[in-house]
Amino acid sequence: MSLLTVEHLTIRFGGLVAVDDVSFTAEDGRITAIIGPNGAGKTTVFNCLTGFYKPDVGRMCLHRDGKDFLLERMDGFRIAGQAGVARTFQNIRLFPRMTVLENLLVAQHNTLHRASFHTLAGLLGLSRYRDAEKAAIARAAEWLERVGLRHLADDEAGSLPYGDQRRLEIARAMCTNPRLLCLDEPAAGLNPKESADLAALIRDIKAREKIAVLLIEHDMSVVMEISDHIVVLDHGAKIAEGNPAQIRVDPAVIAAYLGTDEEDAA
Amino acid sequence: MPFPQALREALMAAFVALMLAVPLIGFRLADTMQGLAIETRFDWVAWGVGAVFVGRLLLGVLRGRGRPFGLAVKMPAMPPNAGTMFALVLGVFALVLPFTPLGDRYTVELAITVLIYVMLGWGLNIVVGLAGLLDLGYVAFYAVGAYSYALFAINFGWSFWLCLPIAGLLAAMFGVMLGFPVLRLRGDYLAIVTLGFGEMIRVILLNWKDFSGGSAGLTSIPRPSFFGFPFTANPEPGETAFHELFGLEYTPLQRIIFLYYLIFALALLTNFFTLRMRKLPIGRAWEALREDEIACRALGINPTNVKLSAFALGAMFGGFAGAFFATRQGFISPESFNFIESAVILAIVVLGGMGSQLGVVIAAAFLILIPELLRDFSQYRMIMFGLAMVLIMLWRPQGLVSHREPSIRLGAKA
Repeated sequence: MSLLTVEHLTIRFGGLVAVDDVSFTAEDGRITAIIGPNGAGKTTVFNCLTGFYKPDVGRMCLHRDGKDFLLERMDGFRIAGQAGVARTFQNIRLFPRMTVLENLLVAQHNTLHRASFHTLAGLLGLSRYRDAEKAAIARAAEWLERVGLRHLADDEAGSLPYGDQRRLEIARAMCTNPRLLCLDEPAAGLNPKESADLAALIRDIKAREKIAVLLIEHDMSVVMEISDHIVVLDHGAKIAEGNPAQIRVDPAVIAAYLGTDEEDAA
Repeated sequence: MPFPQALREALMAAFVALMLAVPLIGFRLADTMQGLAIETRFDWVAWGVGAVFVGRLLLGVLRGRGRPFGLAVKMPAMPPNAGTMFALVLGVFALVLPFTPLGDRYTVELAITVLIYVMLGWGLNIVVGLAGLLDLGYVAFYAVGAYSYALFAINFGWSFWLCLPIAGLLAAMFGVMLGFPVLRLRGDYLAIVTLGFGEMIRVILLNWKDFSGGSAGLTSIPRPSFFGFPFTANPEPGETAFHELFGLEYTPLQRIIFLYYLIFALALLTNFFTLRMRKLPIGRAWEALREDEIACRALGINPTNVKLSAFALGAMFGGFAGAFFATRQGFISPESFNFIESAVILAIVVLGGMGSQLGVVIAAAFLILIPELLRDFSQYRMIMFGLAMVLIMLWRPQGLVSHREPSIRLGAKA
């Protein structure tokens, strides 16, 4: 059974159908890309998956550890905390005035908060909390190492260069220990070298963590290079699905991106 | 700024000043033999408008030479632990103050007032500075604490030490009560609702006469005793007064000094609690919430719990301070809990630099001491006070202490 099964997802804003009857799946250990022209409804799908919007129609079922989580019925923070869906944002959302390390510790809030007995054990400085904190710092340090930001751990997150902020946001999402990682245009605004590093990082996450990755991306070199499966949206509807080689030659996809002859004539 | 533009702006400012000054300063009612008459003071208006024109012109010409308003400056680089050193010096000074030559009755009373505001500032700092929830009704919790203590002490004769936690708890409950309806609000909207909440509490206290005594307030609130030993020259038969216990001469200063150390201890408790909380998950979640609520949700943090805990804990310290206020004054009325108090406490937090504990101390000292020191200027003191605040905000837009100390460090750039 797939980790994530999305069926007949439909979201309307007033008269506008932003997402129209879209179904797809995401599997453990695979990178699924969602692509499409601007305004195709990609980010709306993400916002639905992570609980920021409630769909009008459709089912989003996350199957893990023998349990089904129906995401459309859960609060946003529970989707992240219990179902294990982590995301990054198109316009980076770090905690800019907190340090890099603090950002990664906030991501482990639920674990730490439980270990601190909802603050009580932490207030008393019990070893139970101190051990949990050490483990959390170790985890943060490991991820900083992996995204190459270890040396900036005590700097304010907001003062980091753009590319570093993107990688930090991914590291922060990974610190929540997710089963499904949703990346919303992680390569936006990166130079080719940074994009290549990013692609390597995402592939590394897939290989070592064995989690499912959902990826929205406009940079086709990144998408084609790392995706196992691609879902193409246009005007809210799914127009194609397949592996990169199939998508590259799909006439509907080419038409959506480049415009059809009829549209040119019109 | 080029001169013509500066001139234009100065003329504009002078015009606005003229519009304001003519009705406010230009006319004045005078009580003459023939009854009331209107006097004009257009020479005053002319002087005022002239002063605005020249001042604005100078400001305009000076501006744009590198610094906005020619005022905002960066603090010189300080040694990394300068803040801690300064805080230590302040703490030691506060500890010995009553026994220095400075420690007369007036000074110690004034220091108590400053410390009350320091404590309130630290309490509100949790809500505004850390969690980023703009609260304009903080005085409500101060009132809840004060009335809780007063009512329990008067009606049931409970001691201060028993009433103190109750006052804190009740205030915290009110904090949660305020928190629930405003969970979805942020920024300006939140500020308006909290403002309304603060007024509600005050108006209820004013009108529910059977409960709170209405505008007459509550009188003869029990004064504090030294753990059961009262501060009085003539103790009741069978009681031992504080001065007898220690074999001292009775002076009224003893009680004041005790009150001073009491509020000092309460304030320090607030401070150490907040400092500790900042290093715990909940404290980091507060700050994360201030930075970006949406990101918090995406990381699985329940914003409801985080907000309510900030409101509750901030309110609790307000309640403690209120209980202390009631026992110190011996008399409370809704007068003491009006919006201006909330505004002053908020000003302390903002002026001090949001989230900075040391900044709160400096700002509280400044905001309470300046009007006190300016007493000689009588009716002009509030103008000078306002001017001082404007100048500080121009000079340090981020607050007096804008430095944020990380709650944790990985250290050693490996």
